[in-house]
Amino acid sequence: MALSAKPRWTELALGTAITEPASARQNRTGDWRSQRPVWDHQKCIRCGVCVVFCPEGCVQFGLKEKGYPSADLEYCKGCGICAHECPTGCIGMVEEEE
Amino acid sequence: MEKRVGLETAIAVAEAAGLCDVDVVAAYPITPQTHIVEHLSELVADGHLDAAFVPVESEHSALSVCCGTSAVGCRTFTATSSQGLALMHEILFIASAMRLPIVMAVANRALSAPINIWNDHSDIMAERDCGWIQIFAESAQEAFDLTIWAFRLAEDRRVSLPVMVNFDGFILTHTIEPVLIPDREKVAAFLPPFQPLQRLEIDKPITMGPVGIPDIYTETRYVLQKAVTDSYGPICQTLEEFARHFGRSYYPVESYRAEDAELVLVTMGALGQTAMEVVDQRRARGEKVGLVRLRLWRPFPFQALARALGGAKVLGVVDRAVSVGGPIGPVAAEIKAAGYGNSNQPPLVNFIAGLGGRDVPPSDFDLMFDRLHQVALGKKAPEPIFVGLRE
Repeated sequence: MALSAKPRWTELALGTAITEPASARQNRTGDWRSQRPVWDHQKCIRCGVCVVFCPEGCVQFGLKEKGYPSADLEYCKGCGICAHECPTGCIGMVEEEE
Repeated sequence: MEKRVGLETAIAVAEAAGLCDVDVVAAYPITPQTHIVEHLSELVADGHLDAAFVPVESEHSALSVCCGTSAVGCRTFTATSSQGLALMHEILFIASAMRLPIVMAVANRALSAPINIWNDHSDIMAERDCGWIQIFAESAQEAFDLTIWAFRLAEDRRVSLPVMVNFDGFILTHTIEPVLIPDREKVAAFLPPFQPLQRLEIDKPITMGPVGIPDIYTETRYVLQKAVTDSYGPICQTLEEFARHFGRSYYPVESYRAEDAELVLVTMGALGQTAMEVVDQRRARGEKVGLVRLRLWRPFPFQALARALGGAKVLGVVDRAVSVGGPIGPVAAEIKAAGYGNSNQPPLVNFIAGLGGRDVPPSDFDLMFDRLHQVALGKKAPEPIFVGLRE
């Protein structure tokens, strides 16, 4: 989002409080990412270690392909922990180029 | 109903917080503020004040507790001094940016090193930019009155900011003076129950103090700057209401025989009382001298000060803290900056006086006026002048 589209000073709540519960999910924090994880389904044994280790909780089964894990790229920061922890080495980190 | 009693200023301030029916006191004792905390602890222990007294392990914790209790909507009071205020430093900025209307009594004291428990303004000047409204009292009655007023202003829904009431350590805290104490009903009629603009509550969850990324931080600082400068109107208005209700008037800037004065001194805090004596003596000799007492330090009362200093030919500004490595003391620097660009700004002489409890007797003020007189005759003065320095 362009800076000019962000809230003006008059639009901030008192003390910059967040007054809407669970509104963090509106923040698409995935745009911080410079790399994204890609799963090689030939090597993936569907153990779920990547799901457990993802610090964002954005790696889940069945997001894209049924029965296989993948990352929700609207929140994935590209930290690479899933790739690091994967016991079969099936996750590769690919440069974001767009 | 009011009764007139002899009270130590520290006790008077504690009584004022008690009369404001505070819900929470979280404070850590430090000389010369200790009696405030002790007395509030007694008021709670003896059942005179229905409040939670939180004996914390440090000033950092004291103000952290205050932030929490103010956030849930409790009227919250604390008090500190010197190193204690310095230890609160990071939380001070959080309280103001989160717009928590905490009231704090600050018994002004020097900062270490060397260890010095006596009075000057080193502690408060180091916290100048923390976003709190900062006002100075010159007597026990003033400290008492301004503590009550501080809650009214802080909780004003146009303001919602924390307020520091400053008064000189020992010189005021440990001095017994006659104080007019109103009864609870009279205070309650001036100070309505605290109704925060927002609060932490289970039924309507909000997040206070979240992260402010670069996209938003500039806007948040602008909001705070505007909130503090815009509080000037409500400050004047609530002081007027205080005067109507209690019969004692306070202004952001107060002049003493300065209207037609050519040589004008500016002081902040209890020194003003001594300076007035000297002004009277010199006036009796026909000298056109006057005094301007700066009561409100944040927001800085630029226009009121400019009006009060209007006709001065030479200005002397007394600072009770050193801006180490800077050009002049903090109060003088502010006044000089305010007048920058005005072609008719009078020469300003900065006096650094009363550091670490050094007495500033009338003879020192005489020396200051003599110096202003010499400058009026065209003599140059070094800046700043450390009054009483052994050279």
